[in-house]
Amino acid sequence: MNAPGVITEPQPVKISALMQFRQSWFYRFILFPLGQILLFILGATVVLTIAVYLIAYILPPPNSRVFVPDAIGRQLASWIINGVSIGFLYAMIALGYTMVYGVLKFINFAHAEIFMVGGIVGYEVTMRLNEAGILADMNPALMVTFMVLTAMLISGTLAVIVERVAYRPLRRAPRLVPLITAIGLSFILQDVVRATMQITRAQFDLVYPTKNIAVYTTPIRFTIGENPVSVRPTFVLIIIAAIIMLVALNYFVNGTKWGRAIRAVSQDQTMSGLLGVNVNQLIALTFFIGGALGGAAGALFGLNTGSVNAYMGVTPGLKAFIAAVLGGIGNLTGALLGGLTIGLIESYLNGFLFFYDSIGLGFRWTDVFVFLVLILMLLFRPSGILGEKVDEKV
Amino acid sequence: MSAPQGEIVLKIDNINTYYGHIHALKGISLDVRQGEIVTLIGTNGAGKSTTLRTISGVVRPRTGKVTFKGKDITGMKSHEIQAMGMSHVPEGRRIFPQLTVMENLDMGAWNVKESKEIEKRKQRVFELFPRMKERIFQKGGTLSGGEQQMLAIGRALMVDPDILLLDEPSMGLAPVLVEVIFDIILQLNKQGTTILLVEQNALMALEVASRGYVLQTGEITLSDSAQNLANNDSVRKAYLGEE
Repeated sequence: MNAPGVITEPQPVKISALMQFRQSWFYRFILFPLGQILLFILGATVVLTIAVYLIAYILPPPNSRVFVPDAIGRQLASWIINGVSIGFLYAMIALGYTMVYGVLKFINFAHAEIFMVGGIVGYEVTMRLNEAGILADMNPALMVTFMVLTAMLISGTLAVIVERVAYRPLRRAPRLVPLITAIGLSFILQDVVRATMQITRAQFDLVYPTKNIAVYTTPIRFTIGENPVSVRPTFVLIIIAAIIMLVALNYFVNGTKWGRAIRAVSQDQTMSGLLGVNVNQLIALTFFIGGALGGAAGALFGLNTGSVNAYMGVTPGLKAFIAAVLGGIGNLTGALLGGLTIGLIESYLNGFLFFYDSIGLGFRWTDVFVFLVLILMLLFRPSGILGEKVDEKV
Repeated sequence: MSAPQGEIVLKIDNINTYYGHIHALKGISLDVRQGEIVTLIGTNGAGKSTTLRTISGVVRPRTGKVTFKGKDITGMKSHEIQAMGMSHVPEGRRIFPQLTVMENLDMGAWNVKESKEIEKRKQRVFELFPRMKERIFQKGGTLSGGEQQMLAIGRALMVDPDILLLDEPSMGLAPVLVEVIFDIILQLNKQGTTILLVEQNALMALEVASRGYVLQTGEITLSDSAQNLANNDSVRKAYLGEE
């Protein structure tokens, strides 16, 4: 290597205009995350669209009365919007898995229940607003914001409590131990919530009281070319809320002192401690943020489907876990990419498999194919799309 | 030689540390006085790093007492000890590979509140290592070994501690860079930082230190002024590679 800088003449520092722009606030916290999201959506849609057209031409369903490629063309727009919104929900849940994995290197399977609690809190908030008689006249944007923020606060706090009570005492235990604890916690949370809701509301399925409010139920209709498209307003809501939260998260993780410390702790806990970082505090903060994102996803999910129960977390939780693994567990961008990918695959399959109903391949097969994606991923690229082994110099 | 002077800032009293069943430190006692450079020398596995890890709270001693600035810090968390003015630069650089050079330096200043002060310390690091300034947006993991070592020392400078525990700062470095690192150690000491230095390179360590302890399989076998140790026959044989 060259002689060190102290002995040689200091060389002039060369920072190009492009580099400077890439370090600017606008690029790092607005342009880059938004561009990334747009690019992921675009990439995944293009690939999936080509795939369904290819299959439709090569393997058309037998005895079909419709010409499938034409039918795809008519439905594509709603598939995409549907897929993007559900994909954002998966991404928000997946971020919770991946952030906790980043700092503690274990899968917090109870995260699905943190998401479920968000959905239940959303129900409670809307119910109470309804009982107070102000829901019908409330500004929908204000109401959603209030509902989501409450769900975030409660889910986040619950995640912190779970970490403190169940995981911290096991920090030095073999890896399998906290994993099993997490699964056990899942059952406890499910049944505690079910019992509580059956006692207080005397109901298993909890229906959001938004059915009679036109804003939430009237589809937004427009046409692309000659094809009419109808979009549920909650989809638009989910997309807007998710983008706001993802941009904020990106700013927090990459632009603030605390976010930097979270990244440092996930890379080297001992060293972070030696530099004065209170590692336990940072781990609690990570759980809070992950839990809050999961809670927000739960409330938005509840508003979208209209009905929640104590077991609603299982399937979305599992799919978000697949999303996190698909993107590369521990990688925040990966969780976003994985979530959008899984959401879009699911939405495309839901629509596309419908054409194959005559041979027994209805949309009930969607989840089979989604889980197949996980298996293929684990077989051929276990570290995920963006996952890489961190190389440290010895 | 003159007796060590100055107030005792760090005192270790009869410490026993275990890794599972392995008795790593067997009743070690030492003290470091204000403004000194004290070195711990010994072969691989003698317990030098463990001593530093016990002092900075990474591992807990089973028995014994660590006193820092007159306060018992045994069993305290490492971030609490750090906040009292102790910084430990562990073996193997330990820079954050996925953080940029700038972010690594910022992590060093975690407990520094004034942004002006942080900026001042950064400028000082860049003066010592101009190479770091060219690399501020580069990820720590992409630096060469020597550059990573510079960054690790730079990050320790950002902390600006009262006492600095240095573990093998010269490990794996080109000779010319070793000189630089030792120059910086001396310079820091002149500015008032007390230093406890662990080194394989005993010759260099004894050159800069005022006192030294020789560690052998978890026990202190010798302690004397650096000059006397450097002239001690058994030390010369065992650690300075002389016949």
